[in-house]
Amino acid sequence: MADAKPKIVGFCCEKHGTESVDLAIRSGEQYDASVRLVTVPCTGRVDGLHILKALEDGADAVFVLGCLEKNCYYDTGSIEGRKRVEYVRTMLSEVGIEPERVEMFNASSTMVWKFPEIASTMSQTARRLGPIEPRGDTK
Amino acid sequence: MIVAERKPLGEIAEMIAPYEKVCVIGCRSCVAICLAGGEKEVNMLVSAMGLLNRRTGRTQNLDGLVLERQCEKEWVKEVEDRILESDVILSMSCSLGAQTIGDMYPEKIVVPGLNTAIFGVPEEQGVWSEKCLGCGDCIIHTTGGICPIARCAKSMLNGPCGGSSDGHCEVNLELDCAWYAIHERLKLQGRLELMDMVRPPKEWNTSHSGGRRVIVREEARLTSHQKRATEESQ
Repeated sequence: MADAKPKIVGFCCEKHGTESVDLAIRSGEQYDASVRLVTVPCTGRVDGLHILKALEDGADAVFVLGCLEKNCYYDTGSIEGRKRVEYVRTMLSEVGIEPERVEMFNASSTMVWKFPEIASTMSQTARRLGPIEPRGDTK
Repeated sequence: MIVAERKPLGEIAEMIAPYEKVCVIGCRSCVAICLAGGEKEVNMLVSAMGLLNRRTGRTQNLDGLVLERQCEKEWVKEVEDRILESDVILSMSCSLGAQTIGDMYPEKIVVPGLNTAIFGVPEEQGVWSEKCLGCGDCIIHTTGGICPIARCAKSMLNGPCGGSSDGHCEVNLELDCAWYAIHERLKLQGRLELMDMVRPPKEWNTSHSGGRRVIVREEARLTSHQKRATEESQ
Protein backbone atom coordinates (compact mmCIF):
# COMPACT_ATOMS: atom_id res chain seq x y z
CA MET A 1 0.00 0.00 0.00
CA ALA A 2 2.75 2.40 -0.96
CA ASP A 3 0.20 4.98 -2.11
CA ALA A 4 -1.79 5.02 1.13
CA LYS A 5 -1.57 8.28 3.01
CA PRO A 6 0.59 7.87 6.07
CA LYS A 7 -1.14 8.33 9.40
CA ILE A 8 0.19 11.32 11.23
CA VAL A 9 -0.84 12.61 14.63
CA GLY A 10 -0.15 16.22 15.58
CA PHE A 11 -0.38 17.61 19.09
CA CYS A 12 -1.02 21.32 18.72
CA CYS A 13 -1.18 23.93 21.43
CA GLU A 14 -4.50 25.77 21.41
CA LYS A 15 -2.80 29.15 21.18
CA HIS A 16 -0.42 29.71 18.27
CA GLY A 17 -0.27 26.07 17.09
CA THR A 18 -3.95 25.45 16.42
CA GLU A 19 -4.49 29.00 15.18
CA SER A 20 -1.76 28.61 12.58
CA VAL A 21 -3.40 25.37 11.41
CA ASP A 22 -6.86 27.01 11.25
CA LEU A 23 -5.49 29.91 9.27
CA ALA A 24 -3.73 27.59 6.82
CA ILE A 25 -6.90 25.55 6.28
CA ARG A 26 -9.08 28.67 5.86
CA SER A 27 -6.56 30.04 3.38
CA GLY A 28 -7.01 26.92 1.26
CA GLU A 29 -3.40 25.78 1.65
CA GLN A 30 -3.08 22.21 0.36
CA TYR A 31 -1.36 19.43 2.21
CA ASP A 32 -0.89 15.78 1.41
CA ALA A 33 -1.26 13.65 4.49
CA SER A 34 -3.80 12.12 6.78
CA VAL A 35 -3.24 14.27 9.84
CA ARG A 36 -5.21 13.83 13.02
CA LEU A 37 -4.83 16.88 15.24
CA VAL A 38 -5.07 16.75 18.99
CA THR A 39 -5.50 20.13 20.60
CA VAL A 40 -3.76 20.58 23.93
CA PRO A 41 -3.83 23.66 26.18
CA CYS A 42 -0.06 23.97 25.82
CA THR A 43 2.69 21.74 24.43
CA GLY A 44 4.00 21.62 27.99
CA ARG A 45 1.00 19.34 28.56
CA VAL A 46 2.19 16.82 25.98
CA ASP A 47 3.68 13.87 27.74
CA GLY A 48 6.12 11.38 26.26
CA LEU A 49 3.51 8.73 26.89
CA HIS A 50 1.00 10.55 24.64
CA ILE A 51 3.50 10.41 21.78
CA LEU A 52 4.41 6.77 22.34
CA LYS A 53 0.74 5.80 22.62
CA ALA A 54 -0.03 7.51 19.32
CA LEU A 55 2.70 5.46 17.64
CA GLU A 56 1.57 2.34 19.44
CA ASP A 57 -1.99 2.89 18.26
CA GLY A 58 -0.96 3.06 14.61
CA ALA A 59 0.45 6.48 13.81
CA ASP A 60 3.41 6.39 11.43
CA ALA A 61 4.71 9.72 12.64
CA VAL A 62 3.89 12.22 15.35
CA PHE A 63 4.60 15.92 15.60
CA VAL A 64 4.16 18.47 18.32
CA LEU A 65 3.39 22.02 17.26
CA GLY A 66 3.79 24.78 19.80
CA CYS A 67 4.31 28.50 20.03
CA LEU A 68 7.63 30.04 19.06
CA GLU A 69 9.97 29.38 21.94
CA LYS A 70 10.56 32.99 22.87
CA ASN A 71 6.92 33.87 22.37
CA CYS A 72 5.16 31.02 24.13
CA TYR A 73 1.76 31.93 25.57
CA TYR A 74 2.72 30.10 28.76
CA ASP A 75 6.31 31.32 28.63
CA THR A 76 8.16 27.99 28.66
CA GLY A 77 5.54 25.44 27.57
CA SER A 78 6.97 24.87 24.12
CA ILE A 79 10.43 24.36 25.65
CA GLU A 80 8.95 21.67 27.88
CA GLY A 81 7.28 20.12 24.85
CA ARG A 82 10.58 20.05 22.97
CA LYS A 83 12.36 18.36 25.88
CA ARG A 84 9.75 15.60 25.94
CA VAL A 85 9.97 15.13 22.19
CA GLU A 86 13.75 14.79 22.54
CA TYR A 87 13.35 12.22 25.31
CA VAL A 88 10.93 10.13 23.26
CA ARG A 89 13.30 10.29 20.28
CA THR A 90 16.04 8.93 22.54
CA MET A 91 13.77 6.10 23.69
CA LEU A 92 12.86 5.26 20.10
CA SER A 93 16.53 5.13 19.13
CA GLU A 94 17.18 2.75 22.01
CA VAL A 95 14.60 0.29 20.70
CA GLY A 96 15.76 0.61 17.10
CA ILE A 97 12.91 2.78 15.78
CA GLU A 98 13.70 5.83 13.68
CA PRO A 99 13.62 8.90 15.95
CA GLU A 100 12.67 11.14 13.03
CA ARG A 101 9.16 9.72 13.29
CA VAL A 102 8.71 12.26 16.07
CA GLU A 103 9.38 15.95 15.55
CA MET A 104 8.81 19.24 17.34
CA PHE A 105 7.80 22.36 15.42
CA ASN A 106 7.10 25.91 16.44
CA ALA A 107 4.90 28.50 14.77
CA SER A 108 3.18 31.76 15.49
CA SER A 109 -0.53 32.04 14.71
CA THR A 110 0.19 34.10 11.61
CA MET A 111 2.59 31.64 9.96
CA VAL A 112 0.04 30.40 7.43
CA TRP A 113 2.59 28.37 5.45
CA LYS A 114 3.87 26.43 8.45
CA PHE A 115 1.22 23.71 8.81
CA PRO A 116 1.26 22.58 5.15
CA GLU A 117 5.06 22.54 5.40
CA ILE A 118 4.93 20.40 8.56
CA ALA A 119 2.33 18.04 7.07
CA SER A 120 4.43 17.64 3.96
CA THR A 121 7.68 17.07 5.91
CA MET A 122 6.11 14.48 8.20
CA SER A 123 4.32 12.82 5.31
CA GLN A 124 7.57 12.47 3.35
CA THR A 125 9.35 11.10 6.43
CA ALA A 126 6.57 8.59 7.13
CA ARG A 127 6.51 7.46 3.48
CA ARG A 128 10.28 7.06 3.43
CA LEU A 129 10.31 5.07 6.66
CA GLY A 130 7.18 3.02 6.02
CA PRO A 131 5.16 1.44 8.80
CA ILE A 132 6.77 0.43 12.08
CA GLU A 133 6.01 -3.23 11.36
CA PRO A 134 8.77 -5.15 9.55
CA ARG A 135 8.29 -4.86 5.78
CA GLY A 136 6.97 -8.04 4.20
CA ASP A 137 6.11 -9.60 7.56
CA THR A 138 2.79 -7.84 8.10
CA LYS A 139 -0.32 -9.92 7.60
CA MET B 1 16.24 8.84 49.01
CA ILE B 2 17.44 6.06 46.77
CA VAL B 3 18.20 7.35 43.29
CA ALA B 4 18.14 5.00 40.32
CA GLU B 5 18.42 5.29 36.56
CA ARG B 6 16.66 3.32 33.88
CA LYS B 7 18.82 0.80 32.10
CA PRO B 8 19.17 1.29 28.35
CA LEU B 9 16.05 -0.08 26.65
CA GLY B 10 18.16 -2.38 24.47
CA GLU B 11 19.58 -4.05 27.57
CA ILE B 12 16.10 -4.42 29.08
CA ALA B 13 14.76 -5.86 25.83
CA GLU B 14 17.55 -8.43 25.78
CA MET B 15 16.78 -9.52 29.35
CA ILE B 16 13.07 -10.05 28.73
CA ALA B 17 13.38 -11.38 25.18
CA PRO B 18 13.08 -15.09 26.02
CA TYR B 19 9.75 -14.64 27.83
CA GLU B 20 6.17 -14.32 26.64
CA LYS B 21 4.42 -12.86 29.68
CA VAL B 22 6.28 -9.98 31.25
CA CYS B 23 5.04 -8.26 34.39
CA VAL B 24 6.56 -4.77 34.63
CA ILE B 25 6.34 -3.52 38.21
CA GLY B 26 7.12 0.05 39.22
CA CYS B 27 7.25 1.71 42.62
CA ARG B 28 5.68 4.96 43.80
CA SER B 29 8.43 5.74 46.32
CA CYS B 30 11.99 6.95 45.69
CA VAL B 31 12.23 5.81 42.07
CA ALA B 32 9.05 7.67 41.19
CA ILE B 33 10.48 10.87 42.68
CA CYS B 34 13.70 10.44 40.68
CA LEU B 35 11.63 9.82 37.52
CA ALA B 36 12.99 6.35 36.92
CA GLY B 37 10.35 3.81 37.90
CA GLY B 38 7.03 5.47 38.73
CA GLU B 39 3.71 5.04 36.96
CA LYS B 40 4.63 7.21 33.99
CA GLU B 41 7.98 5.53 33.46
CA VAL B 42 6.40 2.07 33.64
CA ASN B 43 3.77 3.02 31.07
CA MET B 44 6.36 4.57 28.77
CA LEU B 45 8.56 1.50 29.01
CA VAL B 46 5.65 -0.83 28.26
CA SER B 47 4.75 1.35 25.29
CA ALA B 48 8.32 1.46 23.96
CA MET B 49 8.69 -2.31 24.34
CA GLY B 50 5.37 -2.72 22.51
CA LEU B 51 6.79 -0.68 19.62
CA LEU B 52 9.95 -2.77 19.61
CA ASN B 53 7.88 -5.94 19.44
CA ARG B 54 5.89 -4.48 16.53
CA ARG B 55 9.12 -3.68 14.76
CA THR B 56 10.47 -7.20 15.28
CA GLY B 57 7.12 -8.82 14.56
CA ARG B 58 6.88 -10.74 17.81
CA THR B 59 4.10 -10.98 20.35
CA GLN B 60 4.87 -10.47 24.01
CA ASN B 61 2.35 -9.79 26.72
CA LEU B 62 3.53 -6.80 28.75
CA ASP B 63 1.57 -6.13 31.93
CA GLY B 64 2.48 -2.86 33.67
CA LEU B 65 1.58 -2.04 37.25
CA VAL B 66 2.88 0.11 40.09
CA LEU B 67 3.11 -0.59 43.82
CA GLU B 68 3.16 1.92 46.64
CA ARG B 69 6.45 0.44 47.88
CA GLN B 70 8.01 -2.52 46.15
CA CYS B 71 10.40 -3.18 49.04
CA GLU B 72 7.54 -4.05 51.41
CA LYS B 73 6.03 -7.50 51.27
CA GLU B 74 2.51 -6.32 52.11
CA TRP B 75 2.30 -4.27 48.91
CA VAL B 76 3.86 -6.97 46.77
CA LYS B 77 1.42 -9.54 48.13
CA GLU B 78 -1.46 -7.49 46.72
CA VAL B 79 -0.36 -8.26 43.15
CA GLU B 80 0.61 -11.86 43.76
CA ASP B 81 -1.78 -13.19 41.10
CA ARG B 82 -0.22 -11.07 38.39
CA ILE B 83 3.28 -12.04 39.49
CA LEU B 84 2.47 -15.73 39.50
CA GLU B 85 0.89 -15.73 36.07
CA SER B 86 3.89 -14.03 34.45
CA ASP B 87 7.01 -15.67 33.04
CA VAL B 88 9.34 -12.94 34.19
CA ILE B 89 9.16 -9.87 36.44
CA LEU B 90 10.78 -6.69 35.16
CA SER B 91 11.29 -4.62 38.28
CA MET B 92 11.25 -0.87 37.72
CA SER B 93 12.21 -0.31 41.33
CA CYS B 94 15.52 -0.04 43.11
CA SER B 95 17.30 -3.32 43.71
CA LEU B 96 15.52 -3.59 47.08
CA GLY B 97 12.14 -3.93 45.40
CA ALA B 98 13.46 -6.40 42.84
CA GLN B 99 15.04 -8.51 45.57
CA THR B 100 11.91 -8.38 47.74
CA ILE B 101 9.89 -9.94 44.91
CA GLY B 102 12.67 -12.44 44.23
CA ASP B 103 12.80 -13.49 47.88
CA MET B 104 9.01 -13.80 48.11
CA TYR B 105 8.68 -15.81 44.91
CA PRO B 106 12.02 -17.61 44.51
CA GLU B 107 10.74 -19.66 41.59
CA LYS B 108 10.11 -16.47 39.60
CA ILE B 109 12.76 -14.81 37.49
CA VAL B 110 13.18 -11.14 38.39
CA VAL B 111 15.22 -8.84 36.16
CA PRO B 112 16.18 -5.24 36.99
CA GLY B 113 14.92 -2.43 34.79
CA LEU B 114 16.87 0.16 36.77
CA ASN B 115 20.41 0.63 37.95
CA THR B 116 20.27 1.55 41.63
CA ALA B 117 22.81 4.32 41.94
CA ILE B 118 23.05 6.51 45.02
CA PHE B 119 21.59 7.79 48.30
CA GLY B 120 20.89 11.21 46.90
CA VAL B 121 19.21 14.52 47.44
CA PRO B 122 17.20 16.37 44.79
CA GLU B 123 19.25 19.54 44.26
CA GLU B 124 17.00 21.05 41.60
CA GLN B 125 14.49 19.67 39.10
CA GLY B 126 16.20 16.76 37.37
CA VAL B 127 19.39 16.83 39.45
CA TRP B 128 20.21 14.45 42.32
CA SER B 129 23.50 14.35 44.17
CA GLU B 130 25.04 11.78 46.43
CA LYS B 131 25.33 12.83 50.07
CA CYS B 132 25.51 9.61 52.05
CA LEU B 133 27.20 6.24 51.62
CA GLY B 134 25.37 4.53 54.47
CA CYS B 135 28.60 3.82 56.34
CA GLY B 136 26.72 3.06 59.56
CA ASP B 137 28.64 5.51 61.78
CA CYS B 138 27.53 9.07 61.16
CA ILE B 139 29.96 11.87 62.09
CA ILE B 140 28.37 14.91 60.44
CA HIS B 141 27.87 16.60 63.81
CA THR B 142 31.64 17.22 63.75
CA THR B 143 31.81 18.32 60.12
CA GLY B 144 29.23 21.06 59.92
CA GLY B 145 26.53 18.69 58.68
CA ILE B 146 28.48 17.75 55.55
CA CYS B 147 29.50 14.13 55.06
CA PRO B 148 33.18 13.79 54.07
CA ILE B 149 32.74 10.07 53.48
CA ALA B 150 30.27 10.56 50.63
CA ARG B 151 31.20 14.02 49.41
CA CYS B 152 35.00 13.78 49.44
CA ALA B 153 36.31 11.65 46.58
CA LYS B 154 38.90 10.18 48.94
CA SER B 155 36.61 10.04 52.01
CA MET B 156 39.20 12.03 53.96
CA LEU B 157 38.43 12.33 57.67
CA ASN B 158 40.87 15.00 58.81
CA GLY B 159 40.82 17.90 56.44
CA PRO B 160 41.39 18.21 52.72
CA CYS B 161 44.03 16.43 50.71
CA GLY B 162 46.65 18.37 48.76
CA GLY B 163 44.46 18.37 45.69
CA SER B 164 41.90 20.87 46.96
CA SER B 165 42.07 23.95 44.80
CA ASP B 166 39.86 27.04 44.95
CA GLY B 167 37.15 24.99 46.60
CA HIS B 168 37.23 22.30 43.95
CA CYS B 169 38.31 18.68 43.91
CA GLU B 170 41.33 17.49 41.94
CA VAL B 171 39.51 14.29 41.01
CA ASN B 172 36.92 16.30 39.11
CA LEU B 173 37.09 20.08 38.93
CA GLU B 174 33.30 20.18 38.52
CA LEU B 175 32.97 18.85 42.06
CA ASP B 176 33.17 20.93 45.21
CA CYS B 177 35.85 19.99 47.70
CA ALA B 178 33.94 18.56 50.66
CA TRP B 179 36.51 19.77 53.15
CA TYR B 180 36.48 23.28 51.74
CA ALA B 181 32.69 23.22 52.15
CA ILE B 182 33.07 21.89 55.71
CA HIS B 183 35.54 24.67 56.54
CA GLU B 184 33.19 27.34 55.17
CA ARG B 185 30.21 25.88 57.03
CA LEU B 186 32.08 25.64 60.35
CA LYS B 187 33.34 29.22 59.90
CA LEU B 188 29.77 30.37 59.35
CA GLN B 189 28.70 28.54 62.49
CA GLY B 190 31.62 29.88 64.55
CA ARG B 191 32.85 26.35 65.20
CA LEU B 192 36.16 26.37 63.33
CA GLU B 193 37.87 24.65 66.27
CA LEU B 194 36.28 21.43 64.97
CA MET B 195 38.74 21.60 62.05
CA ASP B 196 41.50 20.84 64.58
CA MET B 197 39.70 17.80 65.91
CA VAL B 198 41.56 14.60 65.12
CA ARG B 199 39.28 11.86 63.93
CA PRO B 200 40.75 8.39 64.42
CA PRO B 201 40.78 5.89 61.56
CA LYS B 202 37.22 4.94 60.77
CA GLU B 203 35.86 1.60 61.86
CA TRP B 204 34.56 0.35 58.56
CA ASN B 205 33.00 -2.75 60.08
CA THR B 206 29.76 -0.77 60.43
CA SER B 207 29.74 -0.32 56.66
CA HIS B 208 29.33 -2.93 53.98
CA SER B 209 32.93 -4.04 54.59
CA GLY B 210 31.59 -5.98 57.58
CA GLY B 211 29.29 -8.00 55.33
CA ARG B 212 25.54 -7.72 54.86
CA ARG B 213 24.01 -5.52 57.51
CA VAL B 214 20.74 -6.26 59.25
CA ILE B 215 19.16 -3.74 61.57
CA VAL B 216 16.92 -5.08 64.30
CA ARG B 217 14.62 -3.12 66.59
CA GLU B 218 13.67 -5.64 69.23
CA GLU B 219 10.79 -3.56 70.61
CA ALA B 220 9.24 -3.40 67.15
CA ARG B 221 9.54 -7.11 66.34
CA LEU B 222 6.57 -9.41 66.64
CA THR B 223 6.74 -12.19 69.17
CA SER B 224 6.14 -15.73 67.91
CA HIS B 225 2.64 -15.51 69.42
CA GLN B 226 1.94 -12.25 67.54
CA LYS B 227 3.30 -13.72 64.30
CA ARG B 228 0.99 -16.74 64.63
CA ALA B 229 -1.99 -14.49 65.29
CA THR B 230 -1.11 -12.32 62.26
CA GLU B 231 -0.76 -15.36 60.00
CA GLU B 232 -4.07 -16.80 61.22
CA SER B 233 -5.89 -13.56 60.53
CA GLN B 234 -4.70 -13.50 56.89
